[in-house]
Amino acid sequence: MELQTTWFFLWGLIWALFFVTGGYDLGIGSLYPFLGKTELDKRMMINAKGPLWDGNQVWLLTAGGVTFAAFPQVYATMFSSLYAALMLILFALIIRGVSFEFRHQLDDPRWVKVWDTCIFIGSIAPAILFGVAFANIFKGIPFDGQGIYQGTLFTLLNPYGLLGGVLFLLLFMQHGTLWLAIRTTGDLQERAVGTAKTLWPVLLAVAVIFLIASWFATDLYENYLAHPAYFLVIVLAVVGLIGTRLFMSKQAWFKAWFASALTIIGCTFFGVVGLFPALFPSSINPRFDLTAFNASSSPLTLKIMLTVVIIFVPIVLAYQIWAYNLFKTKVTEEDMVY
Amino acid sequence: MDALILSRIQFAATTMFHFLFVPLTLGLSFIMAYMETKYVKTGDEMYLKMTKFWGKLFLINFAVGVVTGITLEFQFGTNWSQYSAYVGDIFGSLLAIEATATFFLESTFIGIWIFGWKKLSKKAHAAVMWLVFAGSNLSAVWILIANAWMQSPVGFTMRDGRAELVDFGAVITQKFAIVKFIHTASAAYTLAAFFVMGISAYHLLKKKNVEFFTRSFRIGLGFAIIFSLTVFILGDMNGVVVGEKQPTKLAAMESLWETQRKAPVYLFAWPDPENERNAVEIGRIPGLLSFLIFHDINAEVRGLNDFPRDERPPVLLTSFAFKGMVGIGVLLILLPIIGWVKRKKLLENPLYLKIMMYAIPLPYLAIQLGWIVTEFGRQPWIVYGLMRTSEAVSPVPPHQVLISLGGFILVYSILGLAGFSLIAKYAKQGPDSDGEDAADDAAAGDGDVQPAVS
Repeated sequence: MELQTTWFFLWGLIWALFFVTGGYDLGIGSLYPFLGKTELDKRMMINAKGPLWDGNQVWLLTAGGVTFAAFPQVYATMFSSLYAALMLILFALIIRGVSFEFRHQLDDPRWVKVWDTCIFIGSIAPAILFGVAFANIFKGIPFDGQGIYQGTLFTLLNPYGLLGGVLFLLLFMQHGTLWLAIRTTGDLQERAVGTAKTLWPVLLAVAVIFLIASWFATDLYENYLAHPAYFLVIVLAVVGLIGTRLFMSKQAWFKAWFASALTIIGCTFFGVVGLFPALFPSSINPRFDLTAFNASSSPLTLKIMLTVVIIFVPIVLAYQIWAYNLFKTKVTEEDMVY
Repeated sequence: MDALILSRIQFAATTMFHFLFVPLTLGLSFIMAYMETKYVKTGDEMYLKMTKFWGKLFLINFAVGVVTGITLEFQFGTNWSQYSAYVGDIFGSLLAIEATATFFLESTFIGIWIFGWKKLSKKAHAAVMWLVFAGSNLSAVWILIANAWMQSPVGFTMRDGRAELVDFGAVITQKFAIVKFIHTASAAYTLAAFFVMGISAYHLLKKKNVEFFTRSFRIGLGFAIIFSLTVFILGDMNGVVVGEKQPTKLAAMESLWETQRKAPVYLFAWPDPENERNAVEIGRIPGLLSFLIFHDINAEVRGLNDFPRDERPPVLLTSFAFKGMVGIGVLLILLPIIGWVKRKKLLENPLYLKIMMYAIPLPYLAIQLGWIVTEFGRQPWIVYGLMRTSEAVSPVPPHQVLISLGGFILVYSILGLAGFSLIAKYAKQGPDSDGEDAADDAAAGDGDVQPAVS
């Protein structure tokens, strides 16, 4: 029981860490054509995340991997049910990933334009789709007792799902602008800061609408009403969001970025806590819900994986923090590799 | 076409495409770490220039390798959900360990390596390359342990309709996995060595950057001599474990139909699965197969006719792929030996250099053939003896798989074309392409005019 519960929250935590680290990469890419006015701006944006994006993306693979390892039935049903959405995300991440390396290899403006487009689409599509996918999970997915999905890609594009997509996109964009505020200079930094300030009230409004819509579209609040202490998770997200704005006013970009990270973790856990113990609820019949208790691996595997995670995640965090520390400085022209 | 066949085509296509890039990552990171260490130890700028030149090619290759790898981890869930639910307890944990313990290492440190030239000391920067090498190769260890489990499932029990882990130690230390890793890693180092030698040969033929490419060639040569041999030795050991664990695969590899003592190896055989015999057999060496597998020429080897038809792999493909791989493997041992003999006068042997230039694709081909033997030879099983491939597929509508397969073919064709064209372009351009390096060169008094060092 405790093992499965522990794994349930670890599962949520690893997804949250992907949304924090991969999130600002996707956010920067989503704003790329709008903030990158000149070639130098664009290069600065790419180089701002250049040393770190690859390591950030591994959080996604780890999230997928631990889903497979700890909750194989969830991995199987989730990814086959969300086949079309996940394939779109994969294609997007593929074209985005090669773009950073390919873009600067040839001088031809047409070549550069192709990869610029790939960076934009490859970032904005996953940012939205992750939101759509998770909002739909909060709401329940139409799959039957055999784990067979009874809908199409368009079933996911319901109003609540789309609202989730917009929320994630805004969260990531805000997170991305703050990373640009940390690492860039001049006009670009000013535009990034301006965008962050414009985005903030919009994000606040969408977040509030999402919290209200969740009341009507999902059963998430049942857990909160049963255990009012859980409302602290929502408080955490709100504190993060308000903190982000306060630190922005003080031009404390690092602190603002961390506050924004806190918001993202809070938003992810808003859903995770509400879902517990379900990881992948069925909207057809709650009896089909895949939960931490009916879809997990054997206790032995959970124990081994817990040991692996307890040893390696702190090590990974340590060297990633070291890497962030190494590359938190302003990007200068001579540092630019891409 | 149903979702099964489409999913199989998609998995084969995406895996084989991914594995066009992985071996060079595994091997060239090794060679680059060696070059950069030489630079740190000797202070010779030439080694720095070498690290940067081969590094440029490495990074283009790496980018395509990384992005195409993401697909694979998720495809088990999207297309093989029945398999995933059935074996996730074991197979899933191996993939998760790969990501957590090793893939992070590779991906985080490659970013530090690319951007860290001015931020880190020389020593630290070289150490970072070793971490990239360790990360990528340890990733391969976990992936191959997972693959070995599909070939030879151990350490599990059947409970509640799925395979559950009972002995983790048995899974990660089984001989099948260890042999498979060393065989695959050696093949990857050999591929990287031929890549370096082939591109060096191109420049040596043009008498450009002679010193630079002579040294590069020799480093490649050293790697090739060692690892083309270990590929072969471990390949032989691999055959032994296959013989022990996967008799149908072994019989298909050797197109052996009848169970017999003194089982032969044929230099050439054309299997005829319809009539359960070979249509053509040339060069029969009696007892060799028994000897290779059981170290006893009188040992009995089981033939395909001992197994029901629906448990046999595609014989034609498996046997031809196997023979092709072995044939190329022999060439890959001989070519470096010739190179060793001629190592002091490479420039005087344009024919040899030309052969080495055209030999670049050979290890690529051998590795792809090797995977065909491994994966087709396991059929009809997805987990040997335990679960059939046909039972493993996701209940997804075929049109979705058709669309995603079409997408992969389109996107991967473009990526492959772009990736290999860029690698070819910069490989041909040589190390003096960008201004900074050329300046370094002049400062270091690099001598294109110098004859090859002895």
